[in-house]
Amino acid sequence: MNAAGTSPMLQVRDLRKYFPVRGGLLRRVVANVRAVDGVSFTLERGRTFGLVGESGCGKSTLGRAIIRLHDPTDGEVVLDGENIANLDRQDLMPYRRRMQMIFQDPYASLSPRRTVAQTIREPLDVHRIGTPAEREEKVKMLLDVVGMSPRALNRYPHEFSGGQRQRVGIARALALNPELIVADEPVSALDVSVQSQILNLIEELQAAHDIAFLFIAHDLAVIQHVSDVIGVMYLGKLVEQASATDLYTDPKHPYTQALLSAVPVPDPKTRRKRIILEGEVPSPMNPPSGCPFHTRCPKVMDKCRQLAPDLERTGSAEPEHLVSCHLYD
Amino acid sequence: MSVSRGTPLLRVRDLAVEFATPQGTVRAVDGISFDVHENETVGIVGESGCGKTVTGLAILGLIPSPPGRIAAGSIQFAGRELVGLDEEALRAVRGSDISMIFQEPMTALNPVFTVGSQMTDVLKRHKGLTAEQARREAIDMLGKVGIPAAARRIDEYPHQLSGGMRQRVMIAMALSCGPKLLVADEPSTALDVTTQAQVLELINALQDEFGMAVILITHDLGVVAETCRRAIVMYCGKIVEKAPIEPLFDRPRHPYTHGLLDSIPRIRADKLDRLPTIEGRVPDLLHLPSGCRFADRCARATNECRAAEPDLRRDGDAAFACFHPWEGAA
Repeated sequence: MNAAGTSPMLQVRDLRKYFPVRGGLLRRVVANVRAVDGVSFTLERGRTFGLVGESGCGKSTLGRAIIRLHDPTDGEVVLDGENIANLDRQDLMPYRRRMQMIFQDPYASLSPRRTVAQTIREPLDVHRIGTPAEREEKVKMLLDVVGMSPRALNRYPHEFSGGQRQRVGIARALALNPELIVADEPVSALDVSVQSQILNLIEELQAAHDIAFLFIAHDLAVIQHVSDVIGVMYLGKLVEQASATDLYTDPKHPYTQALLSAVPVPDPKTRRKRIILEGEVPSPMNPPSGCPFHTRCPKVMDKCRQLAPDLERTGSAEPEHLVSCHLYD
Repeated sequence: MSVSRGTPLLRVRDLAVEFATPQGTVRAVDGISFDVHENETVGIVGESGCGKTVTGLAILGLIPSPPGRIAAGSIQFAGRELVGLDEEALRAVRGSDISMIFQEPMTALNPVFTVGSQMTDVLKRHKGLTAEQARREAIDMLGKVGIPAAARRIDEYPHQLSGGMRQRVMIAMALSCGPKLLVADEPSTALDVTTQAQVLELINALQDEFGMAVILITHDLGVVAETCRRAIVMYCGKIVEKAPIEPLFDRPRHPYTHGLLDSIPRIRADKLDRLPTIEGRVPDLLHLPSGCRFADRCARATNECRAAEPDLRRDGDAAFACFHPWEGAA
């Protein structure tokens, strides 16, 4: 329950997504890739939950499982009180309208055969919203909202730069007035000067339409800039969660500390002690026993090899600061 | 850049590189000059299409021709002119004197040969080693770049390695003949942040050990700040500013450098409501504006900027191409 006494818009509870690996003559399931392995968090209306982690940590799979582009293996996705994790296609339809996605690669996520107008109108067509004339109107309005000229309407994606294409992708995501947008690396393919334009646009739209964002990125500076609360993922699990300020001023988990220390800082006078992690991320097919990070952790203890720590509250910070590490037992 | 440091290892003067396209000829690099001295790291920074990668390829004689060609200028390495050398002479320079590493190691590694056979090929060709000597040296080099169990890994294929490991293999290959200059094009961009930190540390450590100069081509100003001594900022095929790192980040003179530094999100406790941006976008190289190429996006631009193109003006150790620069040091 939040301060206003209402339940949060989105509650994710112990969500799991395993991908079976088949082998042998009979194509039996011989192993599971545990891409998302028991993740819980809540997201309030109009706020941003930032999800950060390195490639393969499961952050994209988590985003897709939440909006049901993947079917979760286990756990709950509660949207305004309704668990949508197991709804079938038919029952899911009304919820689909309320959740949209913005993708990383504006080159791959827009059909090269559709004009900008057709691309933005598609969700309105699919969900049969308004008359054709009303749809046309709405498309023009959306284009204006994302800062593009109406001349773009009848042009094709290849005629635009990466930043402009991402604006089209955002306009399409906005067409159905969603309450939740999952943005998966929306700026990581863009140049620095364009990246800041798109980040500002996303924040303006969020404020104007009270949209909640699950913002997925590997760039810690971008995540900190856009997020209210940040979750750090490693091998399918959240290892730390805190407000954007707390996470950066007082990171608790050794993995978060290493991540933060590894970010190159655009200030030559800052010379920090860098924590260089040894080795590589273990395979999610065969995660280590105990704490998933223990194979690379500079502060590993005996206990860490045997017993997986829970994600628990530490300190009294609000919003709560959670960490999954035996150092804080 | 000071005169007292003697002959530079690399001396690039008025370099211009053109590409023929169906729509017309494009000057991807348009008259740039810079020096790189022995044992120093120089960053070339800019956004996509600014000409930074083409500059790197030109130094190695790797401009695909056609459609590309070096249209003008000179590239001198240790006093020897590289522009105009035939392919055979260039191949001798590449690998032994100058090496390059790329953003995506899979584009540089051949997927059908083992790591070992690709590495020993280079060593046999450039250093005249026997197969056995080459193999021993390759294993040694793989160990130096931090590949665990190098004696076993050497017989693996590139696809069996992770992204970070492939980047290490490419670095090992690039350094195996002890080049005096390494051109590293976005060497850490495709990597995760913790792996990026490992690879940048590695390049730094090897630079000290081998005493080589590095040209680091990147879009990431953080990487430049942490690894380079000097940097060159490119925009639309031109150098707009070059300076030692500290003044460049402290007091950038060119409005483009200034805007770039302002617009990157930084990790900080006090969250900004809005990121400063550089409005508009990079002009199309086929339809460049007259005058300064940045003028259309520049808040400081005047009619003067639209009428004439500013030359690169020297200012002590630094240089910038702008009629209305930001204030320098007091």
